Amino acid sequence: MWRYIVQRLIITIPVVVLVGVITFSLLQLAPGNPAAIIGGDEASPEQIAEIEHALGLDKPYFQQLGDFLGRMLRGDFGTSIFSQRPINQLIQPRLQPTLSLGVQVVILSTVLGVGMGMLSAWKAGTRIDRAVMVFAVLGFATPGFWLAILSIWVFAVNLGWFPVIGYSPLGDGLFQHLRSMFLPVVVNSYLGSALVMRISRSAMLEVLREDYIRTARAKGLRERVVFFIHVLRPSSIPIVTVVGATVGALATGFVLTETIFAIPGLGQMLVQAITRRDFPIIQAMLMVVAVTLIFVNLVVDIIYAYIDPRIRY
Amino acid sequence: MAITFNPEDVAFARPLRERLRETWSSTIGALKRDPVLAGAVFVMLVGLFLVAFSPFLTRTDYTRPEPFLRLLAPSGDHWFGTDDTGRDIFDRVLVGTQISFLVGFSVTALSAIAGTAVGLVAGYNRILDNIIMRFVDALLAFPTILLALALIALWGPGLFNVIIALTITGTASKVRLVRSQVLSLRESTYVEASRVAGASSIRILVSHVMPNTLGIVIVLSTFTFASSILAEAGLSFLGVGVPTHIPSWGNIIANGQRHVQVAFWVSFFPGVFLTVTVLAVVLIGDALRDHLDPKLRGRLESTQRGDDE
Repeated sequence: MWRYIVQRLIITIPVVVLVGVITFSLLQLAPGNPAAIIGGDEASPEQIAEIEHALGLDKPYFQQLGDFLGRMLRGDFGTSIFSQRPINQLIQPRLQPTLSLGVQVVILSTVLGVGMGMLSAWKAGTRIDRAVMVFAVLGFATPGFWLAILSIWVFAVNLGWFPVIGYSPLGDGLFQHLRSMFLPVVVNSYLGSALVMRISRSAMLEVLREDYIRTARAKGLRERVVFFIHVLRPSSIPIVTVVGATVGALATGFVLTETIFAIPGLGQMLVQAITRRDFPIIQAMLMVVAVTLIFVNLVVDIIYAYIDPRIRY
Repeated sequence: MAITFNPEDVAFARPLRERLRETWSSTIGALKRDPVLAGAVFVMLVGLFLVAFSPFLTRTDYTRPEPFLRLLAPSGDHWFGTDDTGRDIFDRVLVGTQISFLVGFSVTALSAIAGTAVGLVAGYNRILDNIIMRFVDALLAFPTILLALALIALWGPGLFNVIIALTITGTASKVRLVRSQVLSLRESTYVEASRVAGASSIRILVSHVMPNTLGIVIVLSTFTFASSILAEAGLSFLGVGVPTHIPSWGNIIANGQRHVQVAFWVSFFPGVFLTVTVLAVVLIGDALRDHLDPKLRGRLESTQRGDDE
């Protein structure tokens, strides 16, 4: 098992390095002088030269690249152009809202997706099955930011169950925190669970056709036992894959969700950075998200090997 | 046993017109059997109609602000109400179809062509394969919208930049799929046969391998179409996509978000159009996939999803 994990880690290293190279080189893709673009139309030549120097743009490409990768390796994201503060400092207070949203959404969407998928596979061909699949396909097609706005209109404006916007940090008490996060969590979980439902259903239906399931049923095991003991584990590999992929989709969802619900997280910081053309922050966000997703994929691979020992070899 | 060759038995020897007629009649048959699919195709046809004729269907000047008509509720005069500058939302939503379909078709076509070309090369040349695939892995580590946002921050907002940014990530996922298809096709008997017969690598690649990757590319393209429409709407919603004087479903929804407490209709209607369009594309994609190969199901979804809404 350890050998497998180490092997996977080694394969991951070049991808992480390339992610760094791409993130850095994006700046070179700019039409014209990146410093002038970042500075905006009103920037004076001195200001542009200053930005150029701050970003190290006056050095040769490979030296810049080396500096950038070195800084990333040390976990130093550089300095924000807009606020002139270290980005690590800016990120810190924004981690908690985003992580809280992420953890809640991953848990809820997995439970909802696997649960509904199982229900659907159990009742395959019935009206319940069809209803779940319609629910899933709709979740697939609905734009998250639109659903978020509708949920505000229905539950916050009309019913008044939740605050329209406004985020309460964990420090305000768990209940207040969960209440202020309820709508964004539910909206993102629904969209995230849509694909999990479909994949769970088809994976479970495939397992249900196996001979050993017929045997299990023939020896008189209850359906509940058949599902939770004999179906869940063999069908969990595609489910784990899709849950891993959902995390990537969530990263996109958060940018929009945090903007709509005014959650002071990383997504909101990114959108602000884009309107201010604060490129070091954008680069930092790209690195954080991409490396997180690579890490999630690594964890998914390790879980595979844990579920199915054949994969280790 | 003697093998007799009868040209009429061979499917590819039949004239093109006959084969097209057969495809047409089997498509009509599928639509008759599946009313949901028929509905999806109908939605796409309506969309195409609106792309061509929506500017002639408008009843108001949908670009001119009318201060006295701000945020009117839906009525006989304004079926979907008006936005915060008094522009008719029905007209803007109709015309917004153009942007969504333009982005959808451009991104789909560009990424299908580029993705197939690069995927064929990667699947055929070992050395290039290693370089290209590492690069593709790294590109796919970025969620689509994030990469698009970064590129747009540099290039500035605008329709063209949105299309290019979305094409880059759309291409990466197709390269991966085409390459895996090429790797398995390379080992097939008919490729071996034509290699023995003396066909050159390029000839094998273009006339034997490429046609067999088409099906899978078309299916993945429907997902690209759906996700790029959603991504464009998301970017325009954030104000970095299509400029606000050009109506796009995303920027109409953004306009309504500011007034959701008093005028939900501004955001509501463009979102319905967006959802129904994406739904139609996804359903057509599902039908195509089942038609081409029911076993594809798992593979496609695991390579495609995760980078869009």
